[in-house]
Amino acid sequence: MATFDVGVQEQRDQTTGQGRVVNDFSIQVATVNGSGSQSANTVLLRSIFQMGVPVSGKNLFPSNIAGLPTWYTIRASKYGYIARKKEIDFLVAMNQETAQEDVMSLRPGAACVYDEPLNLSRLRNDVTFYPVPFDKLVGPVCPEAKLRRLVKNMIYVGVVDALLGIDLAESEKALRKQFAAKKKAADLNTAAIRAGHDYAKATFTKQDRFYIEAMNENQGKLIIDGNAAAALGCMFAGVTVVTWYPITPSTSLVEQLIDYLKEYRIGHDGKATFAVVQAEDELAAIGMVFGAGWAGARAMTSTSGPGISLMSEFAGLGYYAEIPGVVFDIQRVGPSTGLPTRTMQGDVLTTAFLSHGDTKHIVLFPASVEECFTFAMEAFDLAEKFQTPVFVLSDLDLGMNNWMADPFKYPEKPIARGKILNEEDLKRLGGFSRYKDVDGDGIPYRTLPGTDVAQAAYFTRGSGHNEKAQYSERPDDYVHNMDRLARKFETARSAVPAPVRHVDGTSRIGIIAYGTSHWALLETIDQLREEFRVKADYLRIRAYPFNHDVHDFVKDHDRIYVVEQNRDAQMFQLLKLDLAPEQVVKLRSVRHYNGLPVDARSLTDEIISQAGK
Amino acid sequence: MSATPTTPAPKTNHIGLTVIDYRGGKTTLCAGCGHNAISERIIDAMYEMGVQPEFVAKLSGIGCSSKSPAYFLNHAHGFNAVHGRMPSVATGVALANRKLMALGISGDGDTASIGVGQFVHLMRRNLPLIYVIEDNGVYGLTKGQFSATADIGAKLKTGVINDLPAIDTCIMAIQLGATFVARSFSGDKKQLLTILKAAIAHKGTAMIDVISPCVTFNDHEGSTKSYKYSKDHDEPVNELGFVPYFENIDLDYDPGTTSTVRMHDGSELRLRKLEREYDPTDKLTALRVLEEAHSKGEMLTGVFYVNTQAPSFVDLLNLVDEPLARLPESLVRPPREALDEIMESLR
Repeated sequence: MATFDVGVQEQRDQTTGQGRVVNDFSIQVATVNGSGSQSANTVLLRSIFQMGVPVSGKNLFPSNIAGLPTWYTIRASKYGYIARKKEIDFLVAMNQETAQEDVMSLRPGAACVYDEPLNLSRLRNDVTFYPVPFDKLVGPVCPEAKLRRLVKNMIYVGVVDALLGIDLAESEKALRKQFAAKKKAADLNTAAIRAGHDYAKATFTKQDRFYIEAMNENQGKLIIDGNAAAALGCMFAGVTVVTWYPITPSTSLVEQLIDYLKEYRIGHDGKATFAVVQAEDELAAIGMVFGAGWAGARAMTSTSGPGISLMSEFAGLGYYAEIPGVVFDIQRVGPSTGLPTRTMQGDVLTTAFLSHGDTKHIVLFPASVEECFTFAMEAFDLAEKFQTPVFVLSDLDLGMNNWMADPFKYPEKPIARGKILNEEDLKRLGGFSRYKDVDGDGIPYRTLPGTDVAQAAYFTRGSGHNEKAQYSERPDDYVHNMDRLARKFETARSAVPAPVRHVDGTSRIGIIAYGTSHWALLETIDQLREEFRVKADYLRIRAYPFNHDVHDFVKDHDRIYVVEQNRDAQMFQLLKLDLAPEQVVKLRSVRHYNGLPVDARSLTDEIISQAGK
Repeated sequence: MSATPTTPAPKTNHIGLTVIDYRGGKTTLCAGCGHNAISERIIDAMYEMGVQPEFVAKLSGIGCSSKSPAYFLNHAHGFNAVHGRMPSVATGVALANRKLMALGISGDGDTASIGVGQFVHLMRRNLPLIYVIEDNGVYGLTKGQFSATADIGAKLKTGVINDLPAIDTCIMAIQLGATFVARSFSGDKKQLLTILKAAIAHKGTAMIDVISPCVTFNDHEGSTKSYKYSKDHDEPVNELGFVPYFENIDLDYDPGTTSTVRMHDGSELRLRKLEREYDPTDKLTALRVLEEAHSKGEMLTGVFYVNTQAPSFVDLLNLVDEPLARLPESLVRPPREALDEIMESLR
């Protein structure tokens, strides 16, 4: 991974100059959704990955089943940059509807493979064009007419392989992985890749400057999406009750979790150590989580913005009645239905304070697939340790796109169930007070229903209650309890994942970011240093409530840029609430909110433009 | 002759507990509220059936009815959730610990108005649960507005007439898949107790709508949920008897006039024929009879529908016998080799 200490003197972005451009450009494939292009794009991505070149893929898709424009962007970067790149260097234009605009947005010197009838070469004379008669090529390799529409897309993989120098054998290997159990489909698509490859080799002379050459950067790495990683985290966290209501982009988390649970959590007797319920709505999904959490199960649900809004009332109950539960929010663009298939960090404030009254929640911000895995386990431990809802804020970019990763490490810590009193404890103590701060950390003790002593029982309610869990409207009981909850939240500051100082230098300028903005920011920091001689330190926040390291980082700098993917500067606002007034004035906001994953160039430009002010 | 006065040993049930072990806190509901009578019957039923209170989970939503779990079974955990959402909480509880007896207490507003969505889906799942609606047709805590079970033409104290049709929760429950559906009246001690005992013996969703007059806001002339109206219009479809599994089951009965339903735990529910022919295992008959009663202005009570064969939600999920909440780490965290295998497949 590229970090601040990479001493590269050459200009990073060579794509506008002359000469060969090797392993440092982006490919965009424009198709319509439902045309099988996803398989072709995955094969292309994996081919480059298998050649040892750091790579990332971003799927830009519509909220639709079939027939609307879809773009897939693959970025190869020998420097290890995996954020989205704003500029497209190599276009595969398969969609008539968008082809013209796609071509016009290319930079001079770019290349374009296109479906011959689209007749795109007339549009520009500063772009290299490669027309391919896909319909003519698909006939011989796919006798079944109804499959041709799907197989046609695999042909461009072969064409791109030939033009960029991607090893055909790697594409065939990637394809066999893709169609593991389907031999007929694998054979058919292999033939399609070869047909494209042979046609390109026989027809085109390489005129563009883009090349993929084998490297050795991906040793031991694998490819996984954030939702699958989170699902694995939940399984290894020992989740037992999973409730959900389908919603993009969270659906694939639970669907992949179900697959894993069926594979690894059914005993020899055929019995399941888990229950999955597809609820009637998100209100029910979260209600089931709290019912199960109250009764002692490790329970979770996964949703996105609209579901979070519906869960608001229950979230307050979970906070006030002190019930564990884990909620994954795979954020998408809001408000309202918004852009359901685009990415945003838009639920930061909503989840931090979800529900009416004085309510605050623990929120985790994973930035990588590794953190989707580890934070899932962390979330269950925190939920039980603090007896409260815990929100894990992933986003569409992290959840639904493929990312390179090192193999996940098996959890070394045992599962932490928090302060639960069992039969022996209760007999020894002679009873307990459910909401009493015995240890001074604000965290009380609980018992589980079905504990076989009379003293275990207590009454849980979302209405006012005293230490003994009795109904109370007394002002002193209310204040006492709310102050204890605030104390508990303070305790959480040092228990949640600490922030990471990715760049810890002597600069007076600091940058704070979180979640998927991280990947663009690593690149931005290099751009600032190399292009503008601006050095910046960088802290990545990983949880709310903020660890004291966050306060220290702000204190240590004169100016702090808070980078995030939403319009309203939500993390910036949250920091303002937490910082002393003399620290607040140091904060500047850098925002990106067009629904596309943030790119480094946009952040660099914005920071430089604010730096002069 | 003088005898030493001795305190007789308190009466115990078949698991050795006294009725005091089933008591709850002091009620804060109005004197004479039907809900208090229901709480008493729940105490009696649990005691007589020998249910261990520590293994009961009391669940409720919001409203007068939903307060009542604090007034019985102090040795059971209770959960007063949010308005209309007790079914989801109950579902989570029942899945987390299948050894618990889930007892949900709701009201007509909590079930048929704000909670109708969750009620519908709870009934579909046939979750092992007793669901009691303390039904007075009116919102008490907000001082007397109609709920969705108020009958058409019913009159509020303020003179407002209800001009929308009532939701019949029993018809809904039968249609949706509940497997034990009954209606009773808080003033009918014997019938309500028998129904509750049968519900305890049932494995699946037992939905009991109990007409429970609100003495403060809905007990006047013109109300169709008043004591007087309920007493006058109560029309039992069957006379109920219940023989628990731990008592002599071979009591005589006349098969010509009485049918028997064998419950999951081996108890028997006996239904003696009254004026009409009524087969409580026939879904269509149940729905027709209930619809007819509405057009005649009758308040039918009794066990309307029983199905002891349908699989419960817990059966369908094929859960391990141990409660999910109590599974050790060795059963819920797959071994290191599992993660290695998954990681290898993603390379």
